[in-house]
Amino acid sequence: MKLTKSKINDLLTQPGCEHNHNKEGQGKNKSCTQTANPGSAQGGCAFDGASIALVPITDAAHLVHGPIGCSGNSWNSRGSLSSGPMTYKMGFTTDLSENDIIFGGEKKLYKAIAQLIKKYNPAAVFVYSTCVTALIGDDLDAVCKAATNKYETPIIPVHSPGFVGSKNLGNRLGGEALLDHVVGTKEPEYTTAYDINLIGEYNVAGEMWGVLPLFKKAGIRVLAKITGDARYEEVCSAHRAKLNVMICSKALINMASAMKERYNIPYIEESFYGVQDMNRCLRNIAQFFGDQVLIERVEEIIEEETAKLDIALAPYRERLKGKRMVLYTGGVKSWSIVSAAQDLGMEVVATSTKKSTEEDKGRIKKLLGKDGIMLEKGSPEELLRVVQKTKADLLVAGGRNQYTALKAKIPFLDINQERHHPYAGYIGLVEMARELSEAVYSPIWTQVRKPSPWEIWQQEHESLLNLEAEGE
Amino acid sequence: MTTILNPNKSLSVNPLKMSQPLGAALAFLGLRKMMPLFHGSQGCTAFAKVVLVRHFRESIPLSTTAMTEVSTILGGEDNVEQAILTILEKYQPQIIGLLTTGLTETRGDDMKRILKTFRDKHPELDSFPVVSVSTPDYKGSLQDGYTAAVESIVAADYGNVPDDEPPTVGMKPQVTVLCASHLSPGDVEELKTVIEGFGISPIMVPDLSRSLDGHLEDDYHTVTTGGTSLTQLKQLNRSCLTLAIGESMRKAATILQERFGTKYKVFPRLAGLDAVDSFLWELSQILTSRCDHHFPIVPNVPAHLQRQRRQLQDVILDTHFYFGGKKVALALEPDLLYQTAWLLTEMGANIQAAVTTTKSPILEDLPIDSVTIGDLEDLEELAVGSDLIITNSHGTSLAKRLKAPLYRMGYPIFDQLGLGQRCLVGYRGTMKFLFDVGNILLEEEAKHSPVALH
Ligand code: SF4
Repeated sequence: MKLTKSKINDLLTQPGCEHNHNKEGQGKNKSCTQTANPGSAQGGCAFDGASIALVPITDAAHLVHGPIGCSGNSWNSRGSLSSGPMTYKMGFTTDLSENDIIFGGEKKLYKAIAQLIKKYNPAAVFVYSTCVTALIGDDLDAVCKAATNKYETPIIPVHSPGFVGSKNLGNRLGGEALLDHVVGTKEPEYTTAYDINLIGEYNVAGEMWGVLPLFKKAGIRVLAKITGDARYEEVCSAHRAKLNVMICSKALINMASAMKERYNIPYIEESFYGVQDMNRCLRNIAQFFGDQVLIERVEEIIEEETAKLDIALAPYRERLKGKRMVLYTGGVKSWSIVSAAQDLGMEVVATSTKKSTEEDKGRIKKLLGKDGIMLEKGSPEELLRVVQKTKADLLVAGGRNQYTALKAKIPFLDINQERHHPYAGYIGLVEMARELSEAVYSPIWTQVRKPSPWEIWQQEHESLLNLEAEGE
Repeated sequence: MTTILNPNKSLSVNPLKMSQPLGAALAFLGLRKMMPLFHGSQGCTAFAKVVLVRHFRESIPLSTTAMTEVSTILGGEDNVEQAILTILEKYQPQIIGLLTTGLTETRGDDMKRILKTFRDKHPELDSFPVVSVSTPDYKGSLQDGYTAAVESIVAADYGNVPDDEPPTVGMKPQVTVLCASHLSPGDVEELKTVIEGFGISPIMVPDLSRSLDGHLEDDYHTVTTGGTSLTQLKQLNRSCLTLAIGESMRKAATILQERFGTKYKVFPRLAGLDAVDSFLWELSQILTSRCDHHFPIVPNVPAHLQRQRRQLQDVILDTHFYFGGKKVALALEPDLLYQTAWLLTEMGANIQAAVTTTKSPILEDLPIDSVTIGDLEDLEELAVGSDLIITNSHGTSLAKRLKAPLYRMGYPIFDQLGLGQRCLVGYRGTMKFLFDVGNILLEEEAKHSPVALH
């Protein structure tokens, strides 16, 4: 399917999306339609978003159709982990040259696909269009179709030119590609009564691996992971799940709602961050299936895990109690991390509401209390101002703000995509607690904040020097 | 003469190359109070930012004209104008570096015209410098983009030197040093110190050693805090000589010659005894040449450098055992490839494979029969059986597959610390390289020696 204006509009006005101010499908998702401002825009493009959503399918090849900028500057930079195939980690691109742009890139693309399949034999190939190939009008669909027929390997076009929008929209474009070409193309080997899909969890830093064992223990089977550490085939058969569980991300809401429509699979939204959320997630799934045995088993697991957790967290709770945190992250995380922090006895003095829905904001307000600050904007200056004003002990934000904090000599913890340690599930909370306490209590802070002896001397003698100067 | 192979594959696998806009942005970052501005969709800027932040572990100022589908169809003129005005208001830079991307080049945005219209519309900004450079992603590599930006920087007119500047008569001789993309902030710092040691004041263009060296400032900044200053750029005409470090800086040097009549010397590399010797000799001649020919003075090379030279000779002796006969495979941008390949060859190693990103005349003179303009897939094929691989961090997994150690060089390096300060040029830098690589080779040898088996 081609990328049309109405298609994009469709994606921006997902009726299921809580970002919609008007749930009847008329309102628009604010964070999706916000047009980028020249001179002050930050953040990735639609292509970036689409690859974030799809690259975690580990046995597929991801071929970027465009000049070197898109792929050369970005491949191999995300922390989504694989338990097996490594094909997804390779950078494939048509690396268009000036000639290709003048005469069109379709032939080169076809050849590239052919070579890729011959040499690397992937389970499938995702082909991403980018700004330039969209602009010169290469017919991605036609090339992919021809190649699919010829090579008997699924070749999936992903219409993701950067200029159509933000990373968020790109996520959904990735989801569209899955809906149009992947989901429902294969039957699972077997099904169980408790088959679920996880949607919108990309196994960054292996986070998912902290959670999957819990499902298994409870007797819940994850049919397809969309897309963290997924194999292509499992996504193909995702349409046979009984329930879609959207994780901490509205990014792929279009998939959840389309699958509800097409395959009658209901969906719920959950989070893996913090004890409360993790408990709620397990309970909600069990509740959905309504099986008494399952419900009991989940309760047992929760009890067991929280007991273990209390012991593991005790020393951290002690150290972190009353520490003040400024949080700057997007969407659902803004409140799920708040609750995780409060679990640890920390005080969240400010958080962002930039990508949050009205519902998110309501929840945040409740969690933060009346003194909590809600940040609409998150420019580095603004963040630093808030940290100073609230006398916060650390900043928790995405990697983009890491140096904002460090340069200002403020302890920092990275909460987004680029981090290297898993924070999800019960295990993740221990990891997060450990890192929070390491960040706050690191012996470096006194060193980097300390003036040199000569500066101290000068300060102490300032008045003396002034007197002398006056005396002259 | 080295044959240059340019297979021009339909499918590039594990790209070595990074884009021109990224390179241009890097060069711009070596100017003081600078904001680089990408004319394109916002993703290009975001990717470039991530790469540079990960590599240097510093905050990196970059901005975008944020082209959308609509502005792509209608033209990006308004976006450029709005972006410049917003940046001026929000960040107060002293200079803006405007670069194009694949998208706006394919569209055919006429930057000259756009800037002219902008100038006409905003006479109040007459004296504000906007350095513009064309850097389509579909041509060249990081090195080309960097080079193009330096050429634009030295070609731009920054207005007159303020009148209250002290006269230059009787002051130290000034030279312009053009620093190519293979020089790290640490390299630039070293170069500067060496030159100053001769009693010469250098203007480094660009000067990454003050912007990307990693240092703490007292306040928060949204533009670069160090680098070549506007005043220095205005004073380029006062230099008695241009030292172009890296072959890619040749054209920029000729631009300065055309503009100000400044003579130039190109030093394609600054690592290895001979290379550094001839560089220092040239520096010593700058002062000597100012003297009366009838009373020649002894070339005055600072004592600490003379001492370093003896140290380097000793290091060469100590380390050469481990380099001798070793097969090394390299995938680097042309200037860096040239410098590294020759240094290794001078140590007795053999260059087994050379892969690079873009064309350069210097590729014809490599210590190997052929060099491939290609990607890391090419390197993997050519490097089978090598004792050492030298490329960027993307080479980690291929080095593992080939069971050879990896020494990281180039961009991006995201799994190593201290790159801002790493210096691999001059006598000191050469020693550092020989120790670094020597230790790797020594360790490998120990691993494979029969003693290790017991
Ligand atoms: S904005 Fe366009 S050209 Fe730039 S990285 Fe994204 S898809 Fe590629």
